[in-house]
Amino acid sequence: MLEIKDLRVRFHNRSRDAVAGVSLKIEEGEIMGLVGESGSGKTVTAMSVAGLLPRRQCDYSGEILLDGKELLHADRSILRTVQGRKIGVVFQEPMNAMDPLMKIGPQVEETLKIHTDLKPKERKALAIEALKAVELHNPEEVYGKYPHELSGGMCQRAMIAAAVVAKPELLLLDEPTTALDITVQAQILELLKKLNAESGISMLFISHDLNVVRKLCKKVAVMQRGVIVESGNTDDVFYNPRHEYTKKLIDAIPTRERREE
Amino acid sequence: MKYAVKRIFMLLCTMVIVSFLAFAAFELISGSAADTMLGTQGTAEEIAALEEQMGLNRPFLTRYFDWFFGFFTGDIGTSLRYNQPIWQLIAPKLGVTLCLSILSFMLIIVVSIPLGVRSSRYNTGVKDGLWSSITQFFMAVPPFFTGVLLTWIFSIVLHWYNHGQFPGLKENFWGSVGYLMYAAIAIAIPRIAMTMKMLRSTIQNELSKGYVRTAISRGNDRPKVLSRHVLKNSLVPVVTFLAQTMAEIVAASVVVEQVFAIPGLGRLLVASIADRDFPVVLALVVILAFWVVFIGMLADIINQYIDPRLKLGGDRK
Amino acid sequence: MKKRNGYLTAGYILTGIIAVFVIVGFFWKPYDPTAMMTGPKFDPPSLQHIMGTDNFGRDIFSRVLEGAGSTILISICTVMIGAVAGTVIGALTGYFGGIVDEVLMRLNDALTAFPSVLLALVIVGVTGGGKYNVILALGIVFIPSFARVTRTAFASIRDVNYIKSVRLMGANPLRILLVHMLPNTLSVLLPAITIGFNNAVLAEASMSYLGIGIHPPDASLGYMLSEAQGMLRLAPWYALFTGGVIVAVIFGVGLIGEGLQRRGKETL
Repeated sequence: MLEIKDLRVRFHNRSRDAVAGVSLKIEEGEIMGLVGESGSGKTVTAMSVAGLLPRRQCDYSGEILLDGKELLHADRSILRTVQGRKIGVVFQEPMNAMDPLMKIGPQVEETLKIHTDLKPKERKALAIEALKAVELHNPEEVYGKYPHELSGGMCQRAMIAAAVVAKPELLLLDEPTTALDITVQAQILELLKKLNAESGISMLFISHDLNVVRKLCKKVAVMQRGVIVESGNTDDVFYNPRHEYTKKLIDAIPTRERREE
Repeated sequence: MKYAVKRIFMLLCTMVIVSFLAFAAFELISGSAADTMLGTQGTAEEIAALEEQMGLNRPFLTRYFDWFFGFFTGDIGTSLRYNQPIWQLIAPKLGVTLCLSILSFMLIIVVSIPLGVRSSRYNTGVKDGLWSSITQFFMAVPPFFTGVLLTWIFSIVLHWYNHGQFPGLKENFWGSVGYLMYAAIAIAIPRIAMTMKMLRSTIQNELSKGYVRTAISRGNDRPKVLSRHVLKNSLVPVVTFLAQTMAEIVAASVVVEQVFAIPGLGRLLVASIADRDFPVVLALVVILAFWVVFIGMLADIINQYIDPRLKLGGDRK
Repeated sequence: MKKRNGYLTAGYILTGIIAVFVIVGFFWKPYDPTAMMTGPKFDPPSLQHIMGTDNFGRDIFSRVLEGAGSTILISICTVMIGAVAGTVIGALTGYFGGIVDEVLMRLNDALTAFPSVLLALVIVGVTGGGKYNVILALGIVFIPSFARVTRTAFASIRDVNYIKSVRLMGANPLRILLVHMLPNTLSVLLPAITIGFNNAVLAEASMSYLGIGIHPPDASLGYMLSEAQGMLRLAPWYALFTGGVIVAVIFGVGLIGEGLQRRGKETL
């Protein structure tokens, strides 16, 4: 459903390509992990898909096809019909990604307001349903709260609710658990798994943490300096890494499981 | 609501402190009013008699509190020069200055907000340079110079109004407003430029924040990103700035009233300074200070309603 | 790669031109600014009198040079008083913090809320005008705004690691403040100085315009503008030139301030 073909991005004030020829394919209902250290180009790749590239400040080439429709070079007005409606995005720091002066409810509803003709009541019902789906207790209460009144984990759940409320086909997750506590992290991963199982939504999960990716994703691609150095089924990559860089990444994981091996 | 009550209490405290400082300062600088009134000819007995009559021989604090509560009862002393209650002197001029301030303020808002939002589009390149240079230029035009220019163009060359003949608010309200409009333009021009610059940098700062990216990722177009999210988030610093602007308008109107010969508080202040009529100067300074402090409080209360985080006493980050 | 900063260049050029005129004006003027009948009365700008003459036939260009010189000199003195005293207060309170800091800053809040020009006006009005009173009053009135700017700057780098490490090495506080911290606060201090200078020009001119600040025989652009207002009908160029010079000074220095501010942002 999503196909990235030979994506190249170079920012004007940099001498190196941020993304240097990335090709990637995500099938329907699949969760794909994209791993790499900071500066490897994984976030830029995701932002290109989400239509968030600052086009005037960079050169870009290649193709991004969502259900066969080209997005990378598409007109802004066409892009806007896809953003939110077909692609939902969850960002790294929920507190920063939410409008601090808008209550949670309207923020969750915003996508519906943009893309549908639903009446306010229907929108509210859907928003509360979405808040319930991300396992927030008292969704009605959360609906009327400001972001600063919620914890980081609750905020991230609300962000996920906002991203999926319009039932998009693809969910982009840009390090959604990095800023959270370990326990909250695990809960969010469970939640994402459940959402994927229930609605069959495809996901592109970006992380620097190979371990987190292993828990969630069937497939994984490892990025270094703007190119994908290795990709395949998560288990294969994890147990039989072929590329030096992947080996190093795996070696860097300080988990109990690995020490036991 | 609780917050508003707290703020009003704080306002009263500030008013007491400010007025006390002013009162004490004038006491120090100007010496006894009886001295001033009698001049060098007064003998010691005459001065003592006059002090007795004016109640100047009472303890300092007693006099201060009498005077301070006078602001609420309308008795704030007597003008040395005109020998009439200061309040009678001030009252008719209050409306004129208030009118001028409101006109200037409205002018600033109406012009600077749309222009500021519009100019926030550009933060680099030629258009940015053009907008910035123009605002920088207008910021450099002092109100009294604009006032003189307007006088020359509209009164002397075009004869649109008669310079120095302010009709009076009661006699001819709209005529007066028309006259005050020239003064308001003179006051507003540099402030419009400053507000634009401020608004522009605030909006550009907000545009770089995470929630803007979120809003775009949901499919908002630029106008919607601005109207739904950015403008409200930019409002708190803007309200604070506008409160400061209100204070600066008062300062500018002192000079501009002189340029256009408008019988307002500013003109009275300048005349009283020239006449060394210190009770009047003191009263005016304190009234203007009260006004400034009051506007500041209003801005704080408005900001509480815009940004719920401020209610918790937290910082905006 | 160093980016060209157009504001700085334009500001330096404009201010430089004015500075050259004013400095030359200190030593040599085409006419004695107080000499009457150097030409016909109300003579429009010509080759003999490039800015024309006034009601006494005095050369306006010479008068503007004189006035600009004294206005700028007063403003520089004012800013120096405000900046030095403000920086010292701001640096100490920002670095050491504590109760003194708290009290001073509250006082500061109250003071900066009230328009400084108005405050200076009243002080000068009550204590009597004259060059030195104006400089002193404006200087004092500008201290709080400088103190606030520098305090914020000093407080924000107080706990930065390299300052901590210098402190651990046992450098004395004065050395830390002067050698290690002051250079790092310049990026906010310098724009503040340009803004302060402009406010000083504006305040001085306003006061003299009102007849409260500088008195003749001392010259001032503000006083000259009020003089010129009376002659608008017969010699509008007098007002245009005096006012124009005020605008040019503030515009030039304002451009430098804008340029410095932008450069500060880039290096952050």
